[in-house]
Amino acid sequence: MDASALGTFLQYLINGLALGAIYGLIAIGYTMVYGIIRMINFAHGEIYMIGAFVAVTTFSILAAAGVTSVPLALLLVLVMAIAFTAAYGWTVERVAYRPLRGAPKLAPLISAIGMSILLQNYVMQTQGARPKPLAPVMNGGVTLWQGDGFAVNVSYIQLFIILLTVALMVGFTQLINRTALGRAQRACEQDRTMAGLLGINVDRTISLTFVMGAALAAVAGVLVTMYYGVIDFYIGFLAGMKAFTAAVLGGIGSLPGAMLGGLLIGLIEAFFTGYVSGAYKDVASFSVLILVLVFRPTGLMGRPDIEKV
Amino acid sequence: MNAPLLSVTGLTMRFGGLVAVDGVNLTAETNRITALIGPNGAGKTTIFNCLTGFYKPTSGELTLNRPGQLPVSLQTLPGYQVSRHGVVRTFQNIRLFPRMTVLENLLVAQHVGLMKKAAFGVAGLIGLKGWRTAEKEAIDRARFWIERLDLTSVADEEAGNLSYGVQRRVEIARAMNTNPLLLCLDEPAAGLNPKETGVLGELLQGIREQFGIGILLIEHDMGLVMGISDRIHVVEYGRKIAEGTPEQIRSDERVIKAYLGEPDEEELPAIVAEDVAGQEGGRA
Amino acid sequence: MAITIQHHLKGSIIGGLIAMVLAVPFIGLYTVSTDQGLVVQTRWSWVVWSGVMVLVGSLAVALLRDVLSARRAGRPNRAAGTKPKRDDALTAKLSKGFAIGITLFAITLPFMPFSDRYIMDVGTTVLIFVLLGMGLNVTVGLAGLLDLGFVAFYAIGAYSFAILSTTLGWGFWVCLPLSGLIAALFGALLSMPILRLRGDYLAIVTLGFGEITRIIILNWQSFTGGPAGISGIPRPSLFGLSFDRRPPEGLTSFHEVTGISFATEHRLMFLYLIALSLVLAAAWVIKRLRALPIGRAWEALREDEIACRSLGINPVASKVSAYAVGGMLGGFAGCFFAARQGFVSPESFTFMESALILAIVVLGGLGSQIGVVIAALFIVLLPEVGREFADFRMIVFGIAMIAIMVWRPGGLLSQRIPTIRLSSIKGEAA
Ligand SMILES: Nc1ncnc2c1ncn2[C@@H]1O[C@H](COP(=O)(O)OP(=O)(O)OP(=O)(O)O)[C@@H](O)[C@H]1O
Ligand SMILES: [Mg+2]
Repeated sequence: MDASALGTFLQYLINGLALGAIYGLIAIGYTMVYGIIRMINFAHGEIYMIGAFVAVTTFSILAAAGVTSVPLALLLVLVMAIAFTAAYGWTVERVAYRPLRGAPKLAPLISAIGMSILLQNYVMQTQGARPKPLAPVMNGGVTLWQGDGFAVNVSYIQLFIILLTVALMVGFTQLINRTALGRAQRACEQDRTMAGLLGINVDRTISLTFVMGAALAAVAGVLVTMYYGVIDFYIGFLAGMKAFTAAVLGGIGSLPGAMLGGLLIGLIEAFFTGYVSGAYKDVASFSVLILVLVFRPTGLMGRPDIEKV
Repeated sequence: MNAPLLSVTGLTMRFGGLVAVDGVNLTAETNRITALIGPNGAGKTTIFNCLTGFYKPTSGELTLNRPGQLPVSLQTLPGYQVSRHGVVRTFQNIRLFPRMTVLENLLVAQHVGLMKKAAFGVAGLIGLKGWRTAEKEAIDRARFWIERLDLTSVADEEAGNLSYGVQRRVEIARAMNTNPLLLCLDEPAAGLNPKETGVLGELLQGIREQFGIGILLIEHDMGLVMGISDRIHVVEYGRKIAEGTPEQIRSDERVIKAYLGEPDEEELPAIVAEDVAGQEGGRA
Repeated sequence: MAITIQHHLKGSIIGGLIAMVLAVPFIGLYTVSTDQGLVVQTRWSWVVWSGVMVLVGSLAVALLRDVLSARRAGRPNRAAGTKPKRDDALTAKLSKGFAIGITLFAITLPFMPFSDRYIMDVGTTVLIFVLLGMGLNVTVGLAGLLDLGFVAFYAIGAYSFAILSTTLGWGFWVCLPLSGLIAALFGALLSMPILRLRGDYLAIVTLGFGEITRIIILNWQSFTGGPAGISGIPRPSLFGLSFDRRPPEGLTSFHEVTGISFATEHRLMFLYLIALSLVLAAAWVIKRLRALPIGRAWEALREDEIACRSLGINPVASKVSAYAVGGMLGGFAGCFFAARQGFVSPESFTFMESALILAIVVLGGLGSQIGVVIAALFIVLLPEVGREFADFRMIVFGIAMIAIMVWRPGGLLSQRIPTIRLSSIKGEAA
């Protein structure tokens, strides 16, 4: 492999990692909710879209108010996006899913699809159907490697995405493994009735799971807004689908699995787009998913489910 | 003497490090009730699972000798083929089709034969005569078993709405609708009251006499086992520890030690728990 | 009573307040693109109104529920908390009556004085969705296999006809069975790799199949026409008679032969009647299949796969056949859709269609054919009725989907009707 080919490869790798980090953040929401109530929260992609819109609005307000400090702006945007998106996540669970505990399996799925339609059209009606362009927040980057005729660049925003995601993942793993909330969550995953009998507030734990998933999706929304600089009311569907694919690929219910799945999907997309064709990148992701599931029916890191007779 | 209907030799089933069944030999004969007993977790259900194709045994030979036909190695068949060769089972945790009626449950059991008669749907769709006759026969067979097991009043009820005891009877009726040579019952008396258990015992003996099929019975109710079995195999920790007639088993030292502390006791779990504790202590 | 009202009021006020918080970033604030970039505008009064609306709405719902449950409790047979004995036979009779009624209505509809082009058009759309719903109902409702990519079969049927007719010049009636077979074949093929998967994993994989199909159609320019689609698809003919003003070469037209003056209405009516015949045929076939071993095996598979295996049913064969039969109906619907539009493009086959078809099946009540009809009417007509409030109809639609699920989690008709009854057979014999 000559230097320029290696350079191209590294560039795709960086792009893929940044994209994969975003998918991974959204995928965690799917996986946590699935882990605790065994349902696919189809509206989760819209939650992420809501996060992106709050980010755009907050950025615009800050620009109008003359805030020029990037770190301050970022902090405020993250706080606002997380706060409002978490509120939406909580409400979605309360309104559309909680009344359906113990209902036939497909009922919450349809309710979630209804919620997804509702949120998409709500945002379209209130914010307009046209894409929202946002002035770049973080410019520039560093050139990692300069060869003749090629360069490997990592932009500051890519760096920010990767670092923030790593930090969040570390913090989040600690939260799940060390705190009482995390313990309650894991208990509810194993046996909700028993957890309830032992004094765990199951409803509250489930609500908090949605809130946490929504908060991470909000971060993903902020990052995507900064990364691409343009969003519209439809971005939730596509990203949601990919994150869902990532969650299943990694083994739905498993947190590290979701992150791994997200990274894999991001990398597959980046490399397939680079080397083969951008048009068929989703076909590639889905094909990998199907192949993996054929050999490991519960995903890469999912627990194999034993068929007890 | 003819080869026995079923002969199991050297059956071993491992789950990772756990040896659930360890070199078990047993036979079941036509027109006989063979019981398989042993404490909880001894590996009885696992033997059934190997026999009926749910697990692939780690090693061992499971041979079915049907009269006038070549012997079949059950362990080589895909799971769904086993009942087509005449070995059918019921489940320890009842597995009916809960939202289908009792009659429908029994008709599903006749699927294989009916599917051929319906020419995989085509003849059935246009209602050819051959299909209609086959369907009528199937319904008659189902009705026979419904009456035989005293299910007439619930024939059109959804199976899932029935009481436990009735569901157990439906499961037996459903199994009999596959026209088996060997009926394997996994704890059919669990959850039944003494009266129902008595009726069940008579029913099983009746089936054996009338149809001459073999019955392989896993059961914890010693009264029932001792009362109706022709032969009893005892397993413990995956190994067979004894075999014989009820009288022989009743007086077998190892069995008494392992298991039958008080022969007429209904409640097993407590005894087994004590027993297991004792064993563990003894081994350590 | 006063206490419960107070309780509801408290809940509703909290709900209203939460709604106001949620409304802030979307209703209270909005961004507009200008030359200087995005500019934020406000409409704070709307935020207050959202709060008030949610308050009033949730209070009304809570009170209504109280009233309803009080009435239910008042009924003597439920008072003791005993499960009321359901009358299957009555349900069966009622649904049979409904089926006959709606069929008669559907048959006579085109000949009613009030029926116009619009009604025929919407009616045909309803029928297409009924057909799709019946197809998916085989896979999801009967066999219990989740499918979020059903639109793939619809697309395959449509493109089969579009391509066969525009390249080989084959007509609708030849292509209809072919489209169904091609879709069935795809159903069988696609089901192979996913036989080991269970419930939720099926969801994403089938969704993936739907997306893969759409992406391939979108990008395989030379074969499918890409985003522009395929146009010039011939319309169905009636025994060689065309319903076009100027019939294609080799065909005579309906209005020339019959002497009835040309009217587009006749074509719409004809299309409607074709769709109706397809639906009736499908309904009949599925009803028969349910009572045949193949259909019983599907339902048994849905109920308990392990028990199926122990009774000699090959689960693989059952699953493949369920996907194939469901896919075939989707293929028929697609073929008809292409013939009706005269044009196909990838836009008609998005995930939204899959979601709507699944919603029809679940809202109607899994496995219930009448449920499919009612739910299809609802799913197609609600957005139509709401045309005046065009902007908000999809919002209302989403809310309605959630509300129905909360109200009836098992679907509108959740009671399964047995395929056979011992009591009625005895009656015949006597
Ligand atoms: N699929 C499996 N994977 C791992 N271990 C298994 C599996 N199936 C059974 N076992 C183990 O094998 C052992 C024997 O179980 P089995 O169900 O055969 O006991 P049993 O004799 O039927 O007991 P019981 O009287 O309680 O029904 C148990 O320790 C059980 O946990
Ligand atoms: Mg057992």
